[in-house]
Amino acid sequence: MTTLAHEAHHAGHDGHHAPAGWRRWVFATNHKDIGTLYLWFSFAMFLTGGLMALGIRAELFKPGLQFWQPEFFNQLTTLHGVIMVFGAIMPAFTGLANWQLPLMLGAPDMAFARMNNWSFWLLPPAALLLLISFFVPGGAAAGGWTLYPPLSVKAGMGMDLAIFAIHLLGLSSIMGSINIVTTILNMRAPGMTLLKMPMFAWTTLITAYLLIAVAPVLAGAVTMLLTDRHFGTHFFSAAGGGDPVLFQHIFWFFGHPEVYIMALPAFGVVSQIIPTFSRKPLFGYVSMVYATCSIAVLSFMVWAHHMFMVGLPLDAQLIFMFITMLISVPTGVKVFNWVATMWQGSLTFETPMLFAIGFVCLFTVGGFSGLVLSIAPIDTQMHDGYYVVAHFHYVLVAGALFSLFGATYYWLPKWTGYMYHEGRGKFHFWWSMIFFNVTFFPMHFLGLAGMPRRIPDYALQFTDFNMIASIGAFCFGFGQLLFLYNVIHTIKGGVGKAPANPWEGAHTLEWEVPSPAPHHTWETPPDEALVRKGLRAQYLEGHDD
Amino acid sequence: MNVENGIHDAHYFVPHPSRWPIVGSIGLFSLAMGAAFSMNGFVAGQWGLLFGALVIIWMLFGWFGDVVRESVAGSYGQQVDHSFRWGMSWFIFSEVMFFAAFFGALFYTRVLSVPEIGGTGFTNRLLWEGFSAHWPFATGPETTAYHTMEADGIPAINTMILLTSGATLTLAHWGLVAGNRTKLTLGLLATVLLGTLFLCFQAYEYHHAWTEMALTLNSGAYGATFYMLTGFHGMHVLVGTIMLTVMLVRVLRGHFSAEHHFGFEAAAWYWHFVDVVWLLLFVFVYVL
Repeated sequence: MTTLAHEAHHAGHDGHHAPAGWRRWVFATNHKDIGTLYLWFSFAMFLTGGLMALGIRAELFKPGLQFWQPEFFNQLTTLHGVIMVFGAIMPAFTGLANWQLPLMLGAPDMAFARMNNWSFWLLPPAALLLLISFFVPGGAAAGGWTLYPPLSVKAGMGMDLAIFAIHLLGLSSIMGSINIVTTILNMRAPGMTLLKMPMFAWTTLITAYLLIAVAPVLAGAVTMLLTDRHFGTHFFSAAGGGDPVLFQHIFWFFGHPEVYIMALPAFGVVSQIIPTFSRKPLFGYVSMVYATCSIAVLSFMVWAHHMFMVGLPLDAQLIFMFITMLISVPTGVKVFNWVATMWQGSLTFETPMLFAIGFVCLFTVGGFSGLVLSIAPIDTQMHDGYYVVAHFHYVLVAGALFSLFGATYYWLPKWTGYMYHEGRGKFHFWWSMIFFNVTFFPMHFLGLAGMPRRIPDYALQFTDFNMIASIGAFCFGFGQLLFLYNVIHTIKGGVGKAPANPWEGAHTLEWEVPSPAPHHTWETPPDEALVRKGLRAQYLEGHDD
Repeated sequence: MNVENGIHDAHYFVPHPSRWPIVGSIGLFSLAMGAAFSMNGFVAGQWGLLFGALVIIWMLFGWFGDVVRESVAGSYGQQVDHSFRWGMSWFIFSEVMFFAAFFGALFYTRVLSVPEIGGTGFTNRLLWEGFSAHWPFATGPETTAYHTMEADGIPAINTMILLTSGATLTLAHWGLVAGNRTKLTLGLLATVLLGTLFLCFQAYEYHHAWTEMALTLNSGAYGATFYMLTGFHGMHVLVGTIMLTVMLVRVLRGHFSAEHHFGFEAAAWYWHFVDVVWLLLFVFVYVL
């Protein structure tokens, strides 16, 4: 791919406004710098939460108590969940959005560059609050990441720190999402109408909308928890006319859309990668958009499927069960479209493509186990068991996380200007793919056999599968250091310089700027001819007749 | 929407690196630590609260000061103006959802949990025998007797005050658009005064409820939802009044023109939002 003439102009501006040293990062208003901060922070949190997971798996390697007291084990499971969801997966997608949206939409930066900085810099204080909570009297929050009362009302001060951490994380999410929505609605290049945006922009838009809608609801829920704990209110206590189940309703009104907040951007990433390496436009673009929107709408109407065991009326259980099953329709549309995109494509299997295909296969497994769990009578058996743990790790690890790995390999040449080592990238994929399944597939069997989750000890008959899962977890976990190595190796020069567009089949706007992307890009919007060239290549324009 | 109309600033304004966000983060971190420690009996936590609050105030002055200076310097083109409009709209949407959580708690308590506890079934026998469901209920096993708040009196007066303030604010806006400075200044001043009056009445109401009606946060689900909803609303009225006061100062300094005054409009949007929340509160917390 040739570098376009006007980019020389951009390159000339490279570096201006960019203070050196720590100020560059702490005072940053540049979307690329802030995106980088997000991505490194989320990776650090991924390792932190991963370490906690290994603590959990070490204890569960065999029955009996080996390493931790049960109280500390519960703190590990709670903080593992909170940190992975709010510290690793969500910030990583916001980091991707930060890096990619302005590049892909042809915008000079995010709409609110200064607020963008604050969205990021609220995360480290929140993470600090969570880590400090391990060392306060009573230890960290231990009620599970869902923070159900009455346990969370009775818990020690670690819970307060977790509540305030969630407030900060929520603020960060709301500001980040307002920024994303505004950028997408107001900053697109001329000629790029909504239905011609890259799919990643669409899924990010819907994700941000969901987050603006539900992050404040979570803030409200934990605020009520706080007043129940310290100010004598009875929101969640029957002794004053309240109800602990109320918390579950409010939490899951946030919590279920939250699942899609972590899944939709992954769908977007995969929808960019698969067409590129199939050398075909995305199959069924418009149906993909509608599927994304209908998933968003439905996600608000299914929260009580997390609560089949709290004594909901039968009618309510049936309604929530059916609407939950309905979500598999738009999700099925997406999986169909990805497969149809690959159909008769001219496929190559570079690392991003491997992760994308791995995503499609394993996310589908997770989707099917979700469908199983949506059936109320089956959920009665599975609730709070290892089948549930297997299910959501299939959608969050092999789903969200794999898509993030894919995205990193896909855009790393653009970010660093160098190519990663393909062989080691593939090795990282196969290592992750194999040991992910070694870790989490046996958990289906454990759950079906009746092993409950969030316990440090278990009955003898669960030993074999737990041992397999623990071995898999340690291999998977330490394998991720290879990812770290791959990224650093690429930053240091990789296997050579990357051209502006290293992928034959990529036609979105980010590939029109040089690699590495200069500090400032698209300071003036790309001209319409350039935009339309990409749109035609993606069959979003000019092929109807 | 405007992309199709081709609104692109020649150079979209991207601010220089700024220290205010990190200052705000330090302030919020200090507030969070201070609150967590002081709530758990560590008196030193109060210093964290104080420090955090001061830092946040400093940050707000600095940050909004920068925004005002950039706006007055004419840095913001039409596309930036659109961004601000979108941003403020989505911010208000997030506020709507924040209040939705507490309204949800109120509706759930009234429609589901109280009738269940006071019903004829197993829950009643197990948890609270002899409790008959009605709303508002005035006693409970963990709560002392209290009186509930009537809608007439201060709440009704406050409703009139807020509705009037919405009208005076609109008058001020009309004055701004028509270039009528007197109308603008007086309308805005009246709005600020009405907002302040509302807050004074609410402070009096709280004092009266707490000391003479024994209605506290501890007064069961009624007291909890009452104070949570009206309290967060009151905080929003306070913030709105401060915003409008800042706008009044900016009006007096001549920052706004008939075409270019989104700061004013954003404050007005916020004020109307707070107004609508009050109407819902008045109906569901006080009247019904």
